[in-house]
Amino acid sequence: MAHFPKPDEGSWTEHYPGLGTGPVSYRDSFDPEYWQREIDTIFMKEWLHVGRVEQLPRTGSYFTREFTWAKTSIIITKDADGNVRAFHNVCRHRGNKLVWDDYPQEETSGVCRQFTCKYHAWRYELDGSLAFVQQESEFFDIDKGALGLVPVQCDVWEGFIFVNLDPEPAQTLREALGPVADGLAGYPFGEMTQTYHIRSDIKANWKLFIDAFVEFYHAPILHNRQSTDEEARKLAKYGYQALHYELLSPHSMVSSWGGQSPPVDLKMVKPIERIVRSGLFGPWDKPAVIDDNKNLPPLVNPTNHRAWGVDSFLLFPNFMILIWEPGWYLTYTYWPTGPNRHLFESTLGFAPPKNARERVAQEMAFSTMKEYTFQDANTLEATQSMIESGVVESFVLNDQEILCRHHHAAVRAQVEAGGRPDSYPWMPTSANV
Amino acid sequence: MTETNVTVTARPSVGLPEAYADLVPFSGWVLETWRERYEKRLGSTMAEMQAFYDAMMPRLEGILDVCDQHDLDDLPDDIRNLLLMTFSLCEASFPVEAWHQPRVPDSGAADIEMVREPLL
Repeated sequence: MAHFPKPDEGSWTEHYPGLGTGPVSYRDSFDPEYWQREIDTIFMKEWLHVGRVEQLPRTGSYFTREFTWAKTSIIITKDADGNVRAFHNVCRHRGNKLVWDDYPQEETSGVCRQFTCKYHAWRYELDGSLAFVQQESEFFDIDKGALGLVPVQCDVWEGFIFVNLDPEPAQTLREALGPVADGLAGYPFGEMTQTYHIRSDIKANWKLFIDAFVEFYHAPILHNRQSTDEEARKLAKYGYQALHYELLSPHSMVSSWGGQSPPVDLKMVKPIERIVRSGLFGPWDKPAVIDDNKNLPPLVNPTNHRAWGVDSFLLFPNFMILIWEPGWYLTYTYWPTGPNRHLFESTLGFAPPKNARERVAQEMAFSTMKEYTFQDANTLEATQSMIESGVVESFVLNDQEILCRHHHAAVRAQVEAGGRPDSYPWMPTSANV
Repeated sequence: MTETNVTVTARPSVGLPEAYADLVPFSGWVLETWRERYEKRLGSTMAEMQAFYDAMMPRLEGILDVCDQHDLDDLPDDIRNLLLMTFSLCEASFPVEAWHQPRVPDSGAADIEMVREPLL
C-alpha cells in the first residue's frame, strides 16, 4: 500500500514511459572502455562543481583541483576585479606544475599577488597573463602576450563554482543546469558558511555511489542500528517511500519525508541526541536565516508536505545537493578516478553557530553523517567486486530506485550521443532542455 | 632559573572548571580536531569509552549551560576544554549507543579524510 500518492500511471517509473521497468545492466559500472567514453563525452564536456565562492574570500585567493581522470590540474582564483577564474595549472615555459606545495599531486590553497613558477620564476597575473620572464632577453622573439596561462571555462551559480574542460562548451552553465538553475535559486547557501569538508577514496565506480545516495530504500536496513531498536523495527516494517520524484533530465530529484527535528517521540532517537538536539536530519533548531522555510525555492519540498525532511538533487553528472528541513545543506561530488574507483567529497554547510549549543548540535550532525558515509563506502566496495565478477549481468530496480535507473540511462544517452543528447526518450518533449 | 621565568607554553592547558574536577581523568578527550577525536575513539576500548560516556552524559546539559554563559569566540581555556570534550562525546557516542564496538561495523578499510573543518 502506498503511504504517499504515486502518479496516475501507478508508479513513478511508469510516469516516464521509455525509461522502462526491466532489469538494468551494470556493465557500465566496471567496463574500462565505457568508463573512458564517460570521461570523453561527459566529464570533458560538462560543467563540474569544484568549490564554493567562500573558498575565495580575497583578491588572489586560490585553490587547486587535481583532475587525474583528465590528466590535468586546475587553479581556481579570484582576480582583482572579483571574477572567479580557472586555469590549467601548467607553466607556459617548460610545463612545470605552477602551483603546488611539497607534494605535486596534492591539492593546495592560499592567497597570492601573482603565481610564480618554482622552476624558473616565471610569474603570472591573477587574470592568467604572463607578467615576468626571468632573463627575458635570452629568449628568441618571445611574445609574452601569447604565453598566458591556458584558461578553463569557469562560472558561478548560487555561489557554487563550476568549471568546464571543453574550451567551447556546448551550453552555458545555466543552460546545462536547466530547470534546476531557477528551481533552487535563492536558497541561502551563502549564509551557511560553517562548513565541514571530507573526502574518501572509494573502491567503487562513481555511479554506484550515486546510486546509494539517490535511493533511500536501503536506509531502514543498512543504517538500522543508528536508530533505537524500537524505531529500527518500525522503519524496517514500513520500508521506504518517497514523497515525490522528479526527472529533470539529465538531472533529477527526490523529496523525502523525515524530520526527526525534533522527533514526535524522544524514544525514537539515541540518548545523546535528546540532549544535544541534533542527529541525522541535523540540528533540531532552525537558524534564523532559513526564516522557518517560508521562502523555499520552487523545487524544494515540491509537494509542500508537512512531513518533508530532505530533498536530494542530482545535478548531472556528478554533483548532489541535499537541502534539509531543519535549515542546512549537504553536497556530494563523485570524481571518477578509475573504472572501479572514485574520489568522494562531501561538504556540510550550516549557518555560523551563535553559541556552544548550536556548535555542538552541528558537530553531532557532522559526526552522524560521517558514520553513514563509513557504512555506505564499504558496502559499495562489496557491490563493486561482485558486479565485476560478471556472474550476474543485469539487476532489478524497484520504483523507489527510479533515480538510479534514470542516472544510468542519462549517462548512457550522453555516451551514445557523444555529448548532451537533443532529447531523452522518457521525457515529454516540452520538458526537454 | 627563577620561577618568574617559567612561562606558560603555547600548548593550551587541559584544566577544567572546578565544578567539573571529576571529569579530569577524561581530559585525554580534550582534542582539537575531528581526526584526533576519531583516532582516540579507535584507540580506546569499549570499557574506556563507556566510562567516558557515563561520566559525561549526566553532566552534559550542565556543560552546555556553562559554555553558553560565554561568547563562543572568546571561551576561557577551561570552558573551551569542556566544549572540546563534548565534541569527543559526540564521536564516542556511536560506539557506545549504536555499534558496541569502536569502529563502524563492516566499515573495513574505508577511511575518511577531513579536508576542512571549523576549529574552536
